[in-house]
Amino acid sequence: MRLKSLKKKLTGDNTFRVLTAIVAASAIVILVVAAYVLSTGAVPVVQRFGLYFFTGTSWNPVEGRELYGALPYVLGTLATSGIALLIGVPLSLGIAIFLVEMAPQKVRVPISYLVELLAAVPSVIYGLWGLLVFRLWLQKYIEIPVYNYLGWIPIFATEGGGTPVGLDLLNGGIILAIMIIPTVASVSKEVISAVPDSIREGAYSIGATKWEVVRYWVLSYGRSGIFGAVILGLGRAVGETIAVTMVIGNAIGPNAMPTSLFQPAQTMASLIANGFLEAPTPLDTSAYIGVGLTLLLVSLLINIIAHIMVARILKIKGGAVE
Amino acid sequence: MCLLCVIIAVIPLLSILYEVVSRGAPFLSFQFLTNDALHGGIGPSIQGTLILIGLTSLIGVPVGILSGVYLAEFGDNKYASFVRAINDVLTEFPSIVVGITTYSVVVIGIIGSFSPIAGAIALSIMLIPIVARTTDESLKLVPNSVREASLALGIHKWKTTLRIVVPAAKSGIVTGTLLAIARIAGETAPILLTILGSNYFFQGFRSPMDALPLRVFRDARWDDPRVQAEAWGVALILILIVLSLNIAVRLAARGRHKR
Repeated sequence: MRLKSLKKKLTGDNTFRVLTAIVAASAIVILVVAAYVLSTGAVPVVQRFGLYFFTGTSWNPVEGRELYGALPYVLGTLATSGIALLIGVPLSLGIAIFLVEMAPQKVRVPISYLVELLAAVPSVIYGLWGLLVFRLWLQKYIEIPVYNYLGWIPIFATEGGGTPVGLDLLNGGIILAIMIIPTVASVSKEVISAVPDSIREGAYSIGATKWEVVRYWVLSYGRSGIFGAVILGLGRAVGETIAVTMVIGNAIGPNAMPTSLFQPAQTMASLIANGFLEAPTPLDTSAYIGVGLTLLLVSLLINIIAHIMVARILKIKGGAVE
Repeated sequence: MCLLCVIIAVIPLLSILYEVVSRGAPFLSFQFLTNDALHGGIGPSIQGTLILIGLTSLIGVPVGILSGVYLAEFGDNKYASFVRAINDVLTEFPSIVVGITTYSVVVIGIIGSFSPIAGAIALSIMLIPIVARTTDESLKLVPNSVREASLALGIHKWKTTLRIVVPAAKSGIVTGTLLAIARIAGETAPILLTILGSNYFFQGFRSPMDALPLRVFRDARWDDPRVQAEAWGVALILILIVLSLNIAVRLAARGRHKR
């Protein structure tokens, strides 16, 4: 009896099934290994500095006087991502609405193709462009005029009152905004096309204009999915490394606190990209790994929220279509 | 007004393409493309990127496709939905965290030095979830009647999957995989911590190697404006590889759909 069932288990089909299941487990292995490596690597620094690691602002690798506080970089990540959302989300929504509700059939494909092409450009090339081209525009047409008139407002202040240089929080935020547009626009597009036509027809039938239909019916019907799209964009912005590293100015220590748009700052990812390989001591390496762990946790949290929101709206779509 | 949003979003794209082409084109020459970095060329970077693409495809594509096959063909259980969720999480993994992980495990732990293999593993970690998802989605588009017809002929499930279902979904899988490869070929953060960068051509699997994105990153941050300018030349080659792969795949995919 037992032999018979064993024979049954060893058929080609079961072997194939088990084999692919094992390969599929690689994703779990990767995640577990990453979580393990990061948490064990971060132990020394968290043990030594405790809560200071999350609330402190100094970053001093000099032996004997080590001090590691990651707060400026956590805030730097939140600030650049916040700027990216403020600029990127309205643009992305505009693009999505244009593509679904307004664009003539003929231009839809080319335009969504162009927007997707934005996602294909490697991030190091965004960085290069931000560093050598966009920086000069930003400095000349936005930062210097704004600084001359509004420099007394703290968020437009510069270090020591000098002229803004263009490699700062604002540049980092804008580059990120451009980079998240393809993500946010394409998911919003899906969400908006998932809104049933009956909603639009109902709104038109009571005399709403096109703009009112979009603003009050379509967007509010799809709001949870659009929120998901925004969070997905936030996840992209939080994890983006190289482009930001090239344009943010790479401040360190208390100077890196993101207090002004026109001052150099630092994100968690850019801090690691700049310093990880040059870390002079094991404790220093551990500090960078601790920042990496914090970054991972923040981005995991963001992505879990996003997937729940997007899954909810797509379920609604499935129900409505079938 | 919404058209304005489209225009604002497309301006950076056009500006980037314009600057890369106009500032990069003057650098193009046979020497620039084939010499090593000490003789004013980017040969090692091109070679390194091609090696990385090759190794990453070798590791990442089979793993990704087999995972996708499992998810699509046997994926009606809790384990599979768990794997799917993990894959979603991995797709959005911050690339620098992939770099740290691979550095700690492969560079420090297994190999003991910077290595092209470590770079390929880091890039595979980014490639696998994308390929798995594309495969999963493409296979689901194959109608069940195809599977049933094959099974009704007495063909084993595994043979049905490999010889009937996967070939039927081939175009979707190939398109998605090539797009993913184009995307990871331009990644910098994961290879920064794993292959380090180098001025020389490939020197074996236990030595640092260069790649185009790394070269752009290094050159752009150099203090010398002449080296900075050279970064545009490197960027042009990088963008030619990435975008031509991207555009070719999309055009091919669209051509097939029309037919």
